[in-house]
Amino acid sequence: MSHTTSITTPSPTELVVSRTFDAPKALVFAAHTQAEHLRHWWGRGNPLDVTIDFRVGGAWRFVETSDGQQHAFRGEFREISAPDSFTWTFEYEPMAGHILVEKFLFTEEDGRTTVTATSTFDSQEDRDGMLQSGMESGANESYAALDAYLTKIG
Amino acid sequence: MGQVVESMTTADPISAVFAALADPTRRAILARLARGEATVNELAEPFPISMQAVSKHLNVLERAGLIARTREAQWRRCRIEPAPLRDIAGWVEQYRRLWEERYDTLGGYLDNLQKEQP
Repeated sequence: MSHTTSITTPSPTELVVSRTFDAPKALVFAAHTQAEHLRHWWGRGNPLDVTIDFRVGGAWRFVETSDGQQHAFRGEFREISAPDSFTWTFEYEPMAGHILVEKFLFTEEDGRTTVTATSTFDSQEDRDGMLQSGMESGANESYAALDAYLTKIG
Repeated sequence: MGQVVESMTTADPISAVFAALADPTRRAILARLARGEATVNELAEPFPISMQAVSKHLNVLERAGLIARTREAQWRRCRIEPAPLRDIAGWVEQYRRLWEERYDTLGGYLDNLQKEQP
């Protein structure tokens, strides 16, 4: 079992990210849902300001600072089934209105926990908005990315 | 950027690409064409489906801008058009990398936490 992060696109409006951790489910779940844990990893080493009201209907907002720029993300919790799953909405504030619904599923086996995060775009317009936000640099990717993608989906 | 998003949504080329990629036979055809040009006969060979069905798949791929075909009707050759796929592959790769960085950081953080609390 490796610690690689995999990504698949099972339908035109879904992206699935999966990863296994050497930690029990309760801890991995807490790491995704508690401010004191989230600020240590979600910003990938960048300073992260976390506001989170972890209950159904509760709001969350993360502000990541990278290269002197602030990037704000927000949403609210739609479903909580601790420590097995939760679903939240996700918006990048400059693209407000393009809403992504992300369901995080946690499964434990032999003390290791796999997280499967399914991101569903509410509509194809939302998906295209998200795609566009990353495409300026994405368009410069090499043919290696194409090969890798074909291998993944093939 | 709002304008760009709007024009893309109107034409919706991304949906055509995603829809074209959603089918395993079409992905296999693309994977074959990624290795070089081929005739329709050559493309149809590995699949237990009719030439007509293969032609339908090729039409979908062509409409999505993923392949191009030469004009000579009898010996039409197909080739892959990498630009649209590269755009999407690039974005998906970027998204994967973002989550890989996040989850690598989380992995290290969890390891440290568990060392501190034996």
